[in-house]
Amino acid sequence: MSTATETQRKAPAGERVADWADGRLGIYGLAKANMRKIFPDHWSFMLGEICLYSFIIIILTGVYLTLFFHPSMNEVVYHGSYEPMQGIRMSEAYASTLDISFDVRGGLLVRQIHHWAAVIFLAGMFVHMFRVFFTGAYRKPREINWLFGFLLFVLGMFTGFTGYSLPDDLLSGTGVRFTQGAILSMPIVGTYISMFLFGGEFPGTDIIARFYSIHILLLPGIMLGLVVGHLILVFFHKHTQFAGPGKTNKNVVGMPLLPVYMAKAGGFFFLVFGFISVIAAIATINPIWALGPYRPDQVSTGAQPDWYMGFAEGFVRVMPGWEINLWGHTLVLGVLIPLVLFGVVLAALALYPFIESWITGDKREHHILDRPRNAPTRTGLGVAWVTIYFVMLIGGGNDIWATHFHMSLNAISWFVRIAFFVGPVLAFVVTRRICLGLQRRDKEKVLHGRESGTIKRLPHGEFVEIHEPLSPEQLHTLTAHEQYKPIEIGPTVDENGVERKPSALQKLRARLSKSYYGENNQIAKPTAEEYKEITSGHGHH
Amino acid sequence: MKKLSARRRHPLAAVVVLLLALAATGGLYAAFAPAGKAQADETAQSLAIDEGKKLYSVGCASCHGSGGQGTTDGPSLVGVGSAAVDFQVGTGRMPAQQPGAQVPKKKVIYNQAEIDQLAAYVASLGAGPITPTKSQVDPSGADVAKGGDLFRTNCAQCHNFTGQGGALTKGKYAPNLEGVSAKHIYEAMQTGPQSMPSFPDTTMPEQEKKDIIAYIKTVNGSESESPGGLSLGGLGPVSEGLFGWIFGLGGLIAIAVWVAAHTAKAKKS
Repeated sequence: MSTATETQRKAPAGERVADWADGRLGIYGLAKANMRKIFPDHWSFMLGEICLYSFIIIILTGVYLTLFFHPSMNEVVYHGSYEPMQGIRMSEAYASTLDISFDVRGGLLVRQIHHWAAVIFLAGMFVHMFRVFFTGAYRKPREINWLFGFLLFVLGMFTGFTGYSLPDDLLSGTGVRFTQGAILSMPIVGTYISMFLFGGEFPGTDIIARFYSIHILLLPGIMLGLVVGHLILVFFHKHTQFAGPGKTNKNVVGMPLLPVYMAKAGGFFFLVFGFISVIAAIATINPIWALGPYRPDQVSTGAQPDWYMGFAEGFVRVMPGWEINLWGHTLVLGVLIPLVLFGVVLAALALYPFIESWITGDKREHHILDRPRNAPTRTGLGVAWVTIYFVMLIGGGNDIWATHFHMSLNAISWFVRIAFFVGPVLAFVVTRRICLGLQRRDKEKVLHGRESGTIKRLPHGEFVEIHEPLSPEQLHTLTAHEQYKPIEIGPTVDENGVERKPSALQKLRARLSKSYYGENNQIAKPTAEEYKEITSGHGHH
Repeated sequence: MKKLSARRRHPLAAVVVLLLALAATGGLYAAFAPAGKAQADETAQSLAIDEGKKLYSVGCASCHGSGGQGTTDGPSLVGVGSAAVDFQVGTGRMPAQQPGAQVPKKKVIYNQAEIDQLAAYVASLGAGPITPTKSQVDPSGADVAKGGDLFRTNCAQCHNFTGQGGALTKGKYAPNLEGVSAKHIYEAMQTGPQSMPSFPDTTMPEQEKKDIIAYIKTVNGSESESPGGLSLGGLGPVSEGLFGWIFGLGGLIAIAVWVAAHTAKAKKS
């Protein structure tokens, strides 16, 4: 029997645990600072979450797979439960992948979750990256985080590639051979790098074990670090938001991390995990049992890398087989040029934020996102990049296109070669036109209101459509974006009459700046005066 | 003579004449009747060749020439053998509808008896691979695993890992092998139709052909199993990537939109 006062003094168990932890970890301070952290709400801000969760799913399923996989190229004779492979000689890596697929409980499902999650992880990063690109979210102070994300995408590509190679099946072995060819095409160092990587001649007996270390330790380790850094920076910079009433460059409007976002994000994790599991349960991915073990003397048509390496495949497939033979050495331009373009296309994406800020001279902080239409040149460039990427994906799958659309393989390759040069230009011009058109429409809506669809007949017989004025919130959202002036070179003669010669770089910069903010490259948004004049009652026409 | 003539009205005279006539007819038949069985077969064969030649003149001669010698529109058929005819006509590739990069498989327009007659005619032009018998193409009891290895060594370059088919240059292609009969696969290996190289028994013995047929039937048939679920056409990473983008990421974005649309409300309305 205890008295009432004693019971009151005794804290509940949860509080006692929290107190104990606070004394050792200082969680109260952390929680106070971060629990009420505000995040804005928009579906496109959850694309990054899809990536994060699929990354976690990949790690969890990957750990399970390591328990059964033997990264060894020792030759064994298969005697497992898959009938069409009975008695076939294969590497231990391939045999253990067959065992994972047919003899380990849940092995095939986990393998498929792992691989589907990887495909979705990369696709998610691609879409997430272009959400950030088209809304200008990479601008100061987030350039470093853009680079972190970019590195995650590139490392994800290589982690995926090494993982795809581990089963040592005929498809992935062909991919490894392809990669070795690309390495060999590098002048001077290529042969040395190849011998070093493979521990001798291709394929040797080391490459699977080496890819295994790279795939499960080196690359995911770096990626995990980058993911943590990426998230810390998101926390530190605070999340960007779209323009709207009450939203400024100095605040964040949204819901607190706890409890709202924790519940939402936690729930979303399970939705992502569940959804990917369903996909893995109904659709096959990489049926290595049908492909056979890798043997350097065998090859199959229809050998492609996973989609995220497809554009590299495309570059090599459509490149003419040029080579230069000089002094007993061969320079294989047919592979070297694609290899260089692979790097250039990716580097352009990584460096774009810095190039843009140099051209526009914009060094201020931005926390309000741009609508893509309000940055026509950037949007056009982004679409041009995506066009190159997808044109090359067509090139990478040219044989599948040929058989399934009954076209000539050669015609597709020529289409891709031409589209590589013409496609991005067309895409840029068309996209910018569309953006400017949308800007004009916004201006029209602000000044004349929304077309209501109601037709009215006036007493003298004229028909007019009623335009409903926008609400102040809508007016604000449509006119919140800033419009910049292009950089001027300035007078070529200074105040003392001395001629000043602008450098070629300055001239280039001014010209480029004009292409962003020049007269014909953005539609001047309506001013308050224009709005007042039109709405002050003198009719709309 | 007189005696005979005196008895010409005898009641049995008609019977005697009838007997004599029958004897003469029978004797003549015995003298001229066709001889033994073997000769009778040759006639059936020559009949088939004759019938085949008639069908040939109507359906094939415009491209392959009136005597199978070939023209600018079609190759010579001398020495292609009955197996080639059975494959080409039996899969509907011949007669061809129009010139093009490759003659596609289509509806078969001759019945098997007519195909056999055509084959007999073409085989009579010069020796070539013979249409295989049922037991020659029967894959039961063949070694599937060995067939897979042989398939990957000899066939996968064009027909893909499990015979899904693949592209060749300038609109030509290696067709999908799903649903192709064992006999036609055998004949194709034997004769090498269109762009395909031929694998005569000297380079690929009958047993190896059976192994390959058994492998194709196991991995690319109507009842072949797909342990991982939907096979997505068996085309590898291209169709997987497409599926991952559209259904995988597409579905997750739909879920994200749904989650974002259901946010906590400051005030319950």
